[in-house]
Amino acid sequence: MRTAPLDTISNDTGSSDRPAFKPLLLVEDLRCGFHTGQGLIHAVDGVSFSLERGRALGLVGESGSGKTVLARSIMGLLPRSGVTKSGQVNLDGQDISQLSPRQLRHLWGAQLAMIFQDPMTALNPVVRIGRQITEHMRAHLGIGRAEARSAAVALLESVGIPEPDRRLSSYPHQLSGGTRQRVMIAIALACGPKLLLADEPTTGLDVTVQAQVLDLLAAQQARRSMGLILVTHDLAVVAGRAEETAVMYAGKIVEKGPTSVLFHHPLMPYTEALLRAIPRLDLPSHTRLGAIPGRPPDLSALPPGCRFAPRCPYAQDRCRTQEPPLEEAGAGHFFACWYPRKGSLPASWSYTDSVTDLPRAPTSVTSSQAAIPEGQIQ
Amino acid sequence: MTGTTEPLLSVEHLVVEFPAGRARWVQAVSDVSFSVMEGETLGLVGESGCGKSTTGMAVAQITRPTSGRVIFDGKELTELAGEKLRHAKKGIQLIFQDPISSLNPRRTVAEIVAEPLEVWKVGDRRSRRNRAHEAMEAVGLDPRISGSRRPHEFSGGQCQRISIARALTADPKLMICDEPVSALDVSVQAQIINLLEDTKRRYGLTLVFIAHDLAVVKNVSDKIAVMYLGRLCETAPADELYANPAHPYTKALLASIPSPDPRAATLTARIQGDLPSPLAPPSGCRFRTRCKYAQPRCSEEIPRLSEIGPNHQVACHFPLAAGATMTTTADKKG
Ligand SMILES: Nc1ncnc2c1ncn2[C@@H]1O[C@H](COP(=O)(O)OP(=O)(O)OP(=O)(O)O)[C@@H](O)[C@H]1O
Ligand SMILES: Nc1ncnc2c1ncn2[C@@H]1O[C@H](COP(=O)(O)OP(=O)(O)OP(=O)(O)O)[C@@H](O)[C@H]1O
Ligand code: SF4
Ligand code: SF4
Ligand SMILES: [Mg+2]
Ligand SMILES: [Mg+2]
Repeated sequence: MRTAPLDTISNDTGSSDRPAFKPLLLVEDLRCGFHTGQGLIHAVDGVSFSLERGRALGLVGESGSGKTVLARSIMGLLPRSGVTKSGQVNLDGQDISQLSPRQLRHLWGAQLAMIFQDPMTALNPVVRIGRQITEHMRAHLGIGRAEARSAAVALLESVGIPEPDRRLSSYPHQLSGGTRQRVMIAIALACGPKLLLADEPTTGLDVTVQAQVLDLLAAQQARRSMGLILVTHDLAVVAGRAEETAVMYAGKIVEKGPTSVLFHHPLMPYTEALLRAIPRLDLPSHTRLGAIPGRPPDLSALPPGCRFAPRCPYAQDRCRTQEPPLEEAGAGHFFACWYPRKGSLPASWSYTDSVTDLPRAPTSVTSSQAAIPEGQIQ
Repeated sequence: MTGTTEPLLSVEHLVVEFPAGRARWVQAVSDVSFSVMEGETLGLVGESGCGKSTTGMAVAQITRPTSGRVIFDGKELTELAGEKLRHAKKGIQLIFQDPISSLNPRRTVAEIVAEPLEVWKVGDRRSRRNRAHEAMEAVGLDPRISGSRRPHEFSGGQCQRISIARALTADPKLMICDEPVSALDVSVQAQIINLLEDTKRRYGLTLVFIAHDLAVVKNVSDKIAVMYLGRLCETAPADELYANPAHPYTKALLASIPSPDPRAATLTARIQGDLPSPLAPPSGCRFRTRCKYAQPRCSEEIPRLSEIGPNHQVACHFPLAAGATMTTTADKKG
């Protein structure tokens, strides 16, 4: 998949005539299904959220939870055939979920842009970096060759690439992973989008490079007052960088809220489990990690009731029959769970203390149910 | 030969060079020395290209070192060749980053796990199968369900379990794990780390654990060696390295780890710029081009690894004082 082509400048979606109180992005009951050999599966199953201008939302969840499909369906970048889609995607007051690919192309780049998971496949390997950037800008911003070139140099400089002039004539494979990802960011930013979707922008990069790339994204976001959706499987990545976090599981958002609230008072056991799985520098070595047993469910054979129930240490009978709705706990903090966690994870939690916390459950939970079983497969 | 005082593995002044065309050479590993006691886990950490994998491969003699000594279980592997070497390094097993491509796609899981036994013609077919089943159970795979399937039917995390089971059937003393969890989700990563810890305890293994993520390395290791551009920067007990990093590079690596605490201030001691080309490493201290404490001496003289505390060694002309906070700049001592 190439970077979202940035073909022509859009002139019909300016925000000036839109009411200012509307969020930048409003996603309502978005569903996206694929027809597969096992029948219709819903990779995104009724997702709703909103994002204000200039804010960042972290979208987290395990592999296969539907993060990429959600990001792509917001972009309108799904395969043409075998896909069903419903729900609304409002960008700056305009419903873009029903637009044709041609209409969407007007939006890509100038209104919304996406950074893809693997920069090596997202960049065209046989075209020099410079052309990949200027082509977009010339087509989109209607500027000349020389002007586009100097804009590209400035852009590469602003994303921290040394010797940007020389870099323009490099091919993607001649760049390090971190530099390639910077180029991807430069391309995505070239036409000044209002919303940037970054799909695992640092997965596969060194931690040092990851920190640089995330710093860069945050700086650009603040400077441009751009909305950002940061997709990752690592909760630690969004901790200091997104005001809000949404946790996805098997196609649904199971918890979302202000990042600091969600991290210190997770209500849904899955969020808590993801947090406990992170190795922490501030804990002694050999501190046991809280592994989540098994794997996410097969979307073609979803369990009845709560989708997390087969792996949830707090599951009870009700969880296995009735699906919990997304409820508001207060102050924009939503969760989907019949027996939410009551405790808070202290800033430096230890993995052992709150695992023995009994769930806020009626009565009959034994302590063995409350301990997270480990090492068990499927 | 492995008494309690003799390390199971000693690496002394290891150098590995690769030809880089036009009569040039890359020194992927330069003068690296460390030792690992039996039952210990040594973490080897550093950025991409710093020579971690090459060190691992040279320890296992898959890549023969250019110079230096590797002594494993009382035998100097670097002196041996052929059948003698093969026997001497029998106790070393490797696990790689890419679990899927390191497993033969045409063989069943049970066959893959039994591979080391076939190579060494251990026992008859039946006892080999039993050993393989045992190893599969030890890593949480059901041999009846998984044994006849092929690697591509498994997720990354499960392929890593298969790799570990295969390593276990060889009855190793030392396991070199090269980025075993880097390609995995955080949740699966935790499963595999816990499995490695359990396996290590159960079988009395010694581990060399290679990764670029210092948080992961700290969690599994007793002792950590930090590498930069082929050289060792610092070695210390895991908790000591975190509490008192003495090398500016170690400090920068620590500052790069994202904290899962949203209230933690974003650290500014980040490392800037790209890694210099390994073909033309900077003179003197190789980290000097990115080090904010660099002085003229740093470009003239290679800093040697020297002891600054119990089991704590650093290669820096101006090591940071113990307890140096992440923000002060006046924390050097001459
Ligand atoms: N084109 C497709 N056809 C059929 N199924 C698909 C298609 N694309 C994705 N899926 C399925 O949708 C589900 C969600 O996939 P998605 O790529 O969004 O996950 P993700 O959360 O991004 O995971 P990862 O962390 O691995 O990137 C998966 O079960 C996947 O197999
Ligand atoms: N077979 C080889 N031929 C030539 N150069 C090599 C070879 N193997 C490694 N190198 C070079 O040696 C250096 C160290 O590589 P090595 O793979 O050991 O690094 P690493 O620390 O394991 O990196 P990564 O985190 O990317 O796995 C690099 O500059 C690499 O390009
Ligand atoms: S609803 Fe039940 S199974 Fe689902 S997360 Fe909550 S406690 Fe666990
Ligand atoms: S020797 Fe000099 S350049 Fe190298 S790490 Fe120490 S202070 Fe920095
Ligand atoms: Mg994805
Ligand atoms: Mg390597």
